[in-house]
Amino acid sequence: MTATPMATPHTGARLARALVILTGILFVSIAIGLAVGSQHIDFASLATDALSNTLFFRLRLPRVLLGLVIGASLAVTGGALQALFRNPLADPYTLGVSGGGALGASIAIAFGWSARVGGVPLLFAASFAGAMLAVTVVRIISRTGATVLPGALLLSGIAVNLIAAAAVLTIEYLTDASSALRILRWLTGSLDVVGLAPIGRMMIVLAPAWVALLAFSRQLNLLAMDEDTAATLGVNVRRCEMIVHTLCALIVGVTVSVGGAIGFVGLIVPHVVRMMFGEDLRIVLPGSLLLGAAFLILADALARTALPSGELPVGAVTGLLGGPVFLWLLRRRQQYSAM
Amino acid sequence: MMSKAPFEIPANATTGLEARGLSFAYKRGTPVVNNVVNNVTLAARPGTMTALIGSNGSGKSTLIRMLAGLLQPQSGSILLGGVPFETWSARLRAREIAYVPQSTATAFPFPVLDIVLSGRTPHTLRFRLESAQDREIAMEALAAAGAAHLATRSFTSLSGGERQMVILARALAQEPKLLLLDEPSSSLDLTHRATLIRTLVRLRQTKRLGVIMVTHDLQLTGAFDQIVALRCGEVVATGSPDQVLRDEFLRDIYGDSNVRSQRAENQVFVWVDL
Repeated sequence: MTATPMATPHTGARLARALVILTGILFVSIAIGLAVGSQHIDFASLATDALSNTLFFRLRLPRVLLGLVIGASLAVTGGALQALFRNPLADPYTLGVSGGGALGASIAIAFGWSARVGGVPLLFAASFAGAMLAVTVVRIISRTGATVLPGALLLSGIAVNLIAAAAVLTIEYLTDASSALRILRWLTGSLDVVGLAPIGRMMIVLAPAWVALLAFSRQLNLLAMDEDTAATLGVNVRRCEMIVHTLCALIVGVTVSVGGAIGFVGLIVPHVVRMMFGEDLRIVLPGSLLLGAAFLILADALARTALPSGELPVGAVTGLLGGPVFLWLLRRRQQYSAM
Repeated sequence: MMSKAPFEIPANATTGLEARGLSFAYKRGTPVVNNVVNNVTLAARPGTMTALIGSNGSGKSTLIRMLAGLLQPQSGSILLGGVPFETWSARLRAREIAYVPQSTATAFPFPVLDIVLSGRTPHTLRFRLESAQDREIAMEALAAAGAAHLATRSFTSLSGGERQMVILARALAQEPKLLLLDEPSSSLDLTHRATLIRTLVRLRQTKRLGVIMVTHDLQLTGAFDQIVALRCGEVVATGSPDQVLRDEFLRDIYGDSNVRSQRAENQVFVWVDL
């Protein structure tokens, strides 16, 4: 073999390249997201035309930013969960974390918990609790002794998701039988938002959580290789798992309580980043943050313009794109040795 | 778990790794009720090679996993450089001890060089990436393990034996003072078994590397300083290869009266009459 491995770029060079390219993609997607929509906005007269101004600053811009925040959140947690469980099919949706979060959020709304603590809505806490409960249940069921069974992991995730969806449905019917739209929003996900304030409240929690999760990139990279080796290379495996679990539940909980359970973003995006820039989690996690944001903005732009009759929920678009990717990965999984 | 302040081990320390009265029983999920490892005491000094032998299920892997810090003994203690295991931070311990498991599978197709580079983790600061020097060390480790030609391959595409060589390279890149190996030769061909032993012998000479290796391949143990034989979780013989690899001991260790051994040209050949 003549290939010289020294010629492959260093991790630092690969990381820089990934960040530059993906930031470029993100800016393009933001431009597209701001430009398209069912309502025409006259960008030339944003300052003078009150209608265009309102449409842009109260609806279009918040919607694009919400897509950015939620897409980044779901993708980075997907990448982290795949590494943590050493399972390429793991993501917040397939593991039932989104479902648990949606259930927590709909309980909070049913009980009318609208208070805020330090600018952070209690709704976030309820959603986080639901997501944490889901990930804990899935983990307990799929772990036997020292190993996580990949089949049991995904099946228990699906079961948790189904239970949570049924519970959300029941709660919504008990509280308001005409709330079919709200149910759809929880279970499919949507980026409907008015004004920038809700996004600001999300970022109070999400920004530090993203940074904390990225700080575990190296440990997650070792865990993705093999748990025993991670331990013998100095990773405190139990502590790392607990922190990453909690951060993922927190990030997913907050995003779900605002945007509902948007599927498969966390599954597709990390895999695309891997295909572009390799397996190293120190690249995959920040890369997923950027590409996830771009992906959801574009998916929502598509959802807003695809049908002449009106807007689709963005979750329908990600589901239609992501479901087949999941099946393709499932088929391809046979080449992964661990399963 | 709290990380304790780092402390220096005196350069002239001869203690290495010491296990005192180690016992372990699996609680759930296995039918074993009795101790898998029972009251085992052993010492691995720097620059000495120890072979752990014994029949299947005699507790060798459980013992070496305790020594690697992957299992907590139910009783007994492990001292590293004279200091109890629990006092060491995981990271500092990882600079002292490397572990090569029986087999390794990754769920993702990591490049071989990345796997070997991960061995540098205990020597790199948390938010630093590997340096050019780390890459050189990784390439040298790959060469020492006889796996330089695999550097650009993906780990998942390798055979069991090739993986074993790559994992050995990672352990060497870790630059440990003590190397723990769990049946590393079982999936290696003849040439790579020889490469393995030659590399270990060379590192014993040049870097005073200590080695504890679980093996069924008794021919390889001729180069070792010490053999510890386990039976039903207990040490039944300790000594040099010349002392332990004798018919009477071997028949007891393996519980088989047909075991025979023969010495020739400084090597020991052991077989069972069929």
